[in-house]
Amino acid sequence: MKKIIALLTTIFISIYAIAQEAICPEPQQKPEMADLMRSNGKIYVVVTCLLIVFTCVVVYLISLDKRLSKLERNE
Amino acid sequence: MKNIHWWKWLGVLLVGYSIVMGFMGKVPAQAILHETIRNLYFHVTMWFAMMGLLIASIYYSIKQLSSSTMHNDLLATETAHVAMLLGTCGIITGSLWARYTWGAWWTDDAKLNGVAASMLFYLAYFVLRNSIDDDQKRARIAAVYNIFCFVMLIVFIWVRPRLTDSLHPGNGGNPGFGKYDLDSNMRLVFYPAIIGWILVAAWLVQLRVRIANLTEKIEIL
Repeated sequence: MKKIIALLTTIFISIYAIAQEAICPEPQQKPEMADLMRSNGKIYVVVTCLLIVFTCVVVYLISLDKRLSKLERNE
Repeated sequence: MKNIHWWKWLGVLLVGYSIVMGFMGKVPAQAILHETIRNLYFHVTMWFAMMGLLIASIYYSIKQLSSSTMHNDLLATETAHVAMLLGTCGIITGSLWARYTWGAWWTDDAKLNGVAASMLFYLAYFVLRNSIDDDQKRARIAAVYNIFCFVMLIVFIWVRPRLTDSLHPGNGGNPGFGKYDLDSNMRLVFYPAIIGWILVAAWLVQLRVRIANLTEKIEIL
């Protein structure tokens, strides 16, 4: 547990630095970005789909892991 | 859930985080790239994870040569196996990305051809290892060839693209990705994603090794 907390702290320590950044004035002409797609909220659907797929893969991995552990205990 | 190690959960957590923040996080607006800059979290991490695993693989091969316990040989092969899975994902996603930014599924880019050649070297490694029956001999020859593969990989994807023209950032006179495109918001997703994918890949390696060990025991019976 200590290891996880220490690792997460080191990874995300730069959040503190971002808070110190000055806000730059926006340039007039910006390249086209999919701001609309996120503003109407539908991108969340895609994110959720991906998360579901990833969760399924992880659950599958966990079940494989457990089945292997059981085999290892039985021998 | 007790037998699922803490690092497996951490890997899942970090990859999950990168999936959410990969879409929701702020990215710099770039011409040509547009939103595809987010592929950094999904395509580039594949290659970083592959490199991480191949470094582990050569480490086990060197250990195999110095200690000659058969376990290291198995670890080296299975690590390279999962690394090739990541590499395949990297090639396919890279091809798709190239189609919509560089305009072609496959270009003459030195890095593309280099990585394709390196992956063939690793496929030859699996063929070579499987073609030798004697355990000791197999482990030694496979370890030597694995070290050779890794050297070729370094030459093909890290050295040669820098000497010729390349479309990849950081190669052939192009500025590195970090210089203009990768801001601190992106780093905050990119680096955890790399660590996450390496941990998830390590999980896959561990499963493969355990299956191989069980299979071996059954064969002895």
